[in-house]
Amino acid sequence: MKDIADLLRHHPFAEGLDEEMLALVARCAKNVILQPGEYLHREGAAADSFYLVRHGAVALETFVPGRGAFSFLTVKSGEILGADWLIPPYRSSFDARAVELTRAISFDGKCLRGKCEADPRVGYEMMKRFIPPLVKRLQSARMQALGMYDAANA
Amino acid sequence: MPQTLKACTPPPYPMAPSMTPVTRFIRESAEVFTFDLAPERATPFAPGQFNMLYAFGVGEIPISISGAADAPDRLTHTIRAVGPVSAALGRLKTGDQVGLRGPFGVGWPVEEAKGFDVLLIGGGIGLAPLRPAIYWLLRNRAAYGRVGVLYGARTPDDLIFVSELEEWRKTPDFQLRVAVERAGPDWTGDVGYVTPLLSKLRYDPADAIAMICGPEVMIRATALALEDAGIADSRIFVSMERNMKCAIGHCGHCQFGPLFICKDGPVHRYDRVRDLLAYREL
Repeated sequence: MKDIADLLRHHPFAEGLDEEMLALVARCAKNVILQPGEYLHREGAAADSFYLVRHGAVALETFVPGRGAFSFLTVKSGEILGADWLIPPYRSSFDARAVELTRAISFDGKCLRGKCEADPRVGYEMMKRFIPPLVKRLQSARMQALGMYDAANA
Repeated sequence: MPQTLKACTPPPYPMAPSMTPVTRFIRESAEVFTFDLAPERATPFAPGQFNMLYAFGVGEIPISISGAADAPDRLTHTIRAVGPVSAALGRLKTGDQVGLRGPFGVGWPVEEAKGFDVLLIGGGIGLAPLRPAIYWLLRNRAAYGRVGVLYGARTPDDLIFVSELEEWRKTPDFQLRVAVERAGPDWTGDVGYVTPLLSKLRYDPADAIAMICGPEVMIRATALALEDAGIADSRIFVSMERNMKCAIGHCGHCQFGPLFICKDGPVHRYDRVRDLLAYREL
C-alpha cells in the first residue's frame, strides 16, 4: 500500500521537491476519495484545506438565486484545488463539487502555513508551486470575462 | 488508402454569383445555423476555404465551408447570425436561393500535415471552418499521427455539431476535449478557458502541426501556448478574419500588411502573421 508521501511524489505538484521537504509537507497531507456530487468545500466556509487532484474532476461553482449553481472552472487530474487557505480570513470563495469519482491529496492549510512560517525554504517551494497555476487561472478568467466567443463569425 | 487533396482551381467568373438553392437547413443553437447548398456544378474545395454568400437585397459575406471536401456537389456553411446579412441568411428556408461565389482562399495544410500529430483548436463558431479538416483527418486517419481537437464555447447551449461531438468522442484514436466558459450542474465536461486543455492532449511537439480558428484574441493566446509547448511557429496555422469584399485580392478591404486575407489566407502560417497581429491599425 502506498503511503501519502508516495502518492504525493507522483503528483506534478511535487516535481523537483527534495525528499526531506516532501516528507515534511506530507505530514500535513492525507488521501481522500470523493464521490460524484460530494462537496469538498462550500462558499463562505472556513478554507482550512487545499487539494491535489490525483484522478477525477472537481467543478468550482457559485450559486445564482433563481438560476441555480453555475460552474466556471473544472479542476482536473494533476492540478491544484484551493487558494483561499493562503490568505486571511481563510474563507472559501466558491463551492467545490466532485463531478466524478475523485481521488485527491488533502492538505491541512494551517499545518502547512506553520511549516512555511518555520522554514522560509518550505514557503518558497510552496510559492513556486502555487503562483504559476494561480497566474494561469487569472489569465484564463480574464479571457472568460471578455466573452470572446460573442463577437466572432467564421 | 489515404486520399490526396486535389488543387482547387478558382471559379471562372469569380465576381459573378450563381443562384444556388438551399437544400437543407439545420438550427445548431439559438444563434447558429447550418445550411447545405446544391451548386449547379460540382464545386471542389479544400478544407478551410470559404465562399461569398449573397442574401439578395441585403448583402454578401464570406463564410467558410463547414462540410466534407469529398462531397463537392454539396456546400455546407455554418453561420452565426450577428449582422444583417447573416441574420437574413438565417431566415432562409429549404428551396430558397442564395448567391454563391467561390470557393476562395488558402485552406488548412492537411497534405502538409501527413505523418504529423495534428491538433485542431476551435473557439465558438471557429469549429465550423475546422470541421472539413476534421472530416479529412478522420477519413484518412492512417496518414496522420495522433489527432486531438479542443473546442471552446460559452455555454453547453452554444455548442455546435453536438451529435458529431458525441460521435467523435467515441472514435478510437481521436482525442476530443470540449470546454465551456460556464455551465449548470448537469454539465460534467470541462469548464474554463480552452487553452489550458492543451496539456491534456497527447502529442509530440517536435512532430506536431496545429490549426487554430476562433476569435483573434483566442488565436493569439493559443498560438503562444502552443509555442510554449514546443511546437514550431512555422507549424502553427491560424484562420484569420477581416472585412472581405471581392475575395480575390483586388479591392483591398481585407489587406493585412503585405497580405490579403482573402487571397493569401484565410489560413495563414503563424510565423508569417505573428508580427502583424501586434499592429492594432491592421
